Amino acid sequence: AALTDGLRSQVSAALKEGRVTPTELCQRCLALIKSTKFLNAYITVAEETALKQAEESEERYKRGQPLGILDGIPIAVKDNFNTAGIETTCASNMLKGYISPYNATVVQKLLDHGAVLLGKTNLDEFAMGSGSTDGVFGPVRNPWSYSKQYKEKSVPKSLSEDEESDWVITGGSSGGSAAAVSSFTCFAALGSDTGGSTRNPAAHCGVVGLKPTYGLISRHGLIPLVNSMDVPGILTRCVDDAAVLLGSLAGHDPKDSTTIQDDFTPFELPNLTDVSKLSIGIPKEYDAPGLSSEILALWSKAADLFKNAGAKVVEVSLPHTRYSIVCYHVLCTAEVASNMARFDGLEYGHRSDVKDSTESMYAATRREGFNDVVRGRILSGNYFLLKQNYEKYFVKAQKVRRLIANDFVKVFRSGVDVLLTPTTLSDAAPYTEFIQEDNRTRSAQDDILTQAANMAGLPAINVPTALSERGLPVGLQFIGRSFQEKQLLTVAKWFEKQVKFPVIQLEEVKRHDSGVFQHQKSASFS
Amino acid sequence: IAPWIPVVGLEIHAQISSNSKLFSGSQVQFAAPPNSLVSFFDASLPGTLPVLNRRCVEAAVMTGLALNCSINKKSLFDRKHYFYADLPAGYQITQQRVPIAVNGSLSYSLCIDNKMSQMVTKTVRIKQIQLEQDSGKSLHDDTRCQTLVDLNRAGVGLMEVVMEPDMCCGEEAAAAVRELQLILQALGSSQAVMAEGQLRVDANVSVHHPGEPYGVRTEVKNINSIRFLAKAVDYEIQRQIEELENGGTILNETRAFDSKLGCTVPMRDKEGKQDYRFMPEPNLPPLILYDTKSLPANMNHQQVINIDWIHERLPDLPSVKREKLVEQYGILPEHSFTLLNEDGLAEFFESVVKQTQMKPKKVIGWILNDLLSYLKQHSLTVKESPVSSFLLADLLNLLEKKEISSTAAKQVLVELWKGEGKTPLEIVKEQKLELLHDQKELEQICQAVIDGQENEVIMMVLG
Repeated sequence: AALTDGLRSQVSAALKEGRVTPTELCQRCLALIKSTKFLNAYITVAEETALKQAEESEERYKRGQPLGILDGIPIAVKDNFNTAGIETTCASNMLKGYISPYNATVVQKLLDHGAVLLGKTNLDEFAMGSGSTDGVFGPVRNPWSYSKQYKEKSVPKSLSEDEESDWVITGGSSGGSAAAVSSFTCFAALGSDTGGSTRNPAAHCGVVGLKPTYGLISRHGLIPLVNSMDVPGILTRCVDDAAVLLGSLAGHDPKDSTTIQDDFTPFELPNLTDVSKLSIGIPKEYDAPGLSSEILALWSKAADLFKNAGAKVVEVSLPHTRYSIVCYHVLCTAEVASNMARFDGLEYGHRSDVKDSTESMYAATRREGFNDVVRGRILSGNYFLLKQNYEKYFVKAQKVRRLIANDFVKVFRSGVDVLLTPTTLSDAAPYTEFIQEDNRTRSAQDDILTQAANMAGLPAINVPTALSERGLPVGLQFIGRSFQEKQLLTVAKWFEKQVKFPVIQLEEVKRHDSGVFQHQKSASFS
Repeated sequence: IAPWIPVVGLEIHAQISSNSKLFSGSQVQFAAPPNSLVSFFDASLPGTLPVLNRRCVEAAVMTGLALNCSINKKSLFDRKHYFYADLPAGYQITQQRVPIAVNGSLSYSLCIDNKMSQMVTKTVRIKQIQLEQDSGKSLHDDTRCQTLVDLNRAGVGLMEVVMEPDMCCGEEAAAAVRELQLILQALGSSQAVMAEGQLRVDANVSVHHPGEPYGVRTEVKNINSIRFLAKAVDYEIQRQIEELENGGTILNETRAFDSKLGCTVPMRDKEGKQDYRFMPEPNLPPLILYDTKSLPANMNHQQVINIDWIHERLPDLPSVKREKLVEQYGILPEHSFTLLNEDGLAEFFESVVKQTQMKPKKVIGWILNDLLSYLKQHSLTVKESPVSSFLLADLLNLLEKKEISSTAAKQVLVELWKGEGKTPLEIVKEQKLELLHDQKELEQICQAVIDGQENEVIMMVLG
């Protein structure tokens, strides 16, 4: 089996038939992780436990009793999910060395399905950021920086210039997970999505990034950023794999009171051939300031693709889109200020040596444990929550949030099935350029296309579409109706089939996987 | 000098009697080893979420109904933020915007004088009842400059009962709290034992002249018994009056009651007024309660609470119990108060009545005067009484059958207190306390006495 194979269609069969074993898969991935260490995608690699899990999976396959498609599949998990016995840091000094005593529900579910947990991936500290550049373990590098496709398109460097400084960001905050999937070190990864943190890096790294409907997947064990918007995100190399992961993760969790009670039935995605009954909405407000002409053109081509295939493509309006960034920042910082209040150094995590008084210990601990981004948001959030400001900011933002959500309700009620939008304003920026602006500014810019879906709780997915002129991935986003993941993913799968996004050509991967370049697909959609 | 009108309101925190905490499954237990009843959620481990305990909601609904409140079919949870060592999350989950019950009332009775002969009924309005988390406990070790934190209590369910400032003195406050305590115990929603911290009372006190607006109020905390509540309130009223009459002002502050000195003292100032930055609790959807009319047909009954169902199953409240006692046994209302006021006394009384032919109206005297005063003298509870209802009934039967006099009965009772296992009859025989009814025998005894005291008889006859 090749590392590019789909789980349901190819890998599962290969494992069942013994053409490849879980241990082999695991070892391959671990070796690849080592040789792609410069990407800095992983914070912790759980080599011993992963190999043990692979061994156990192998036993099950030998007995002919695998637990399902995910049995023996190596996966990675963003480091803001609790993993029992494995360090969980949120890329922060506050939780360096923190060994969680329990598994997040989604982690437990993956383990119960036999998945092999390779390690914890890098992120922006406490998931605050859109570059995966602001964690204490350093920035994550986009694997495409080292791809043949990117290098070919790069301006030739003089000998004095350091090739090292040329790399591009993964986007964020789930950059580590996206890079891990993109560089074939795992078959799937968990991210989180609060304002676009799964879809944004998915777009920049050329992978599928699914944000499920709020309330579909349990947040128990996901260290929260914004409780009312966070969802666990799924990163895979194809839409079908995302459906497989979704099938094992979705459903009511008594430990999370915000999950819906309804039963969830895992589904297989049909191979859609006839799109004539489909109505695709193109929200005009998503032609946002700063959107690159390249992506605008790609978006237009995609719309034409649907039209030419017989689908109904209509322009729609989500009039409150332009207020969503400001609204998001008020609500996000307010919840952050609240959620971070528990980090006081008393029960767990970093504790300062300052001990003149409890208050001074708190203050020093939090100053030492949190980076500027986190502290900035806490201060803003506390400001908005002050009694004299609460109505003006927090309540007002909640009302605007309702308007934003209603925009979507109206559009879907008018007969539109799925919305098609860009995911990012441009392809991935070089790191040196990205850090010229501060985190807050970047987040405000980059979240514009993704975070309205979080405000409304809707499912959304990034599908890698084509390579930019610089040879970097560009993705497009589909936003669906509440809890209609099956429809959303079916459309996404059809689109994925049409665009035939190219496989990344990485030296390191070539060495570890003989099968990759036999399946090389030419870029047909740029 | 113009008269002063004292105004007293109360904030009462009652610990809910439940197996597990309000939002987590760890156990609720008094005096367990430190930090042995702490779940991941209680310790505020990152990523943990609250899950509402059904029993706690039922307790709050019961209490609301017993206090004549409107039960809000939709209530909300909020976060109240402040930093303190015993509050692991940095916020408490409470109900600030829309609590579970509002607009109720509590009737309580007071004696006009000290003799329990005349009782007057008063009412205090209940502003609201809200569900909220208890905090942990912190102990300050000043010698070693450290604070010891025990989180066993962190997250235990509380009902905060807010009583409007309808009371005017310590006695009223104490009586109101006592009645609330009895109600909670009758419902079983809280064991309400103040000594174990299951019932905590903060008093809000102010004074003003008639016709003028209410004065600045102070909050009095650290009140550990009902007796101290009355003392603390009365002291604070007096202090405020004196302060104002001397031209001073009252600060809107929090004061602690010092039970040793019998006064209130300002508590350590926590940097002025706190802004709690209330925010809706995003991890808990609104709490929806149903009644029989609004209950959807196909709901899983494990997942819903029917207010009417709870209402139908409320046990007799103390006021009803008292009425029944008065009606059934013909005792005075004041007697019924005393019976219910002492834990187990009403049951003891009824048990004795069942086992004796003596009329309840007479039995009550033995219960309230003899038994109770002895228990009080020796600081015993009814449960600890060396004289069981069986023994007392036995004794009263002897009295009723006129086999002994009432004086003799009292003597037997003294003997029974020793708890040596003798029956009343045995004691009567031992001490020769039987009443003699035989005329001839009596004459013989009298004659024998007279015969033996010749000199005294002559003195008496001579005058």
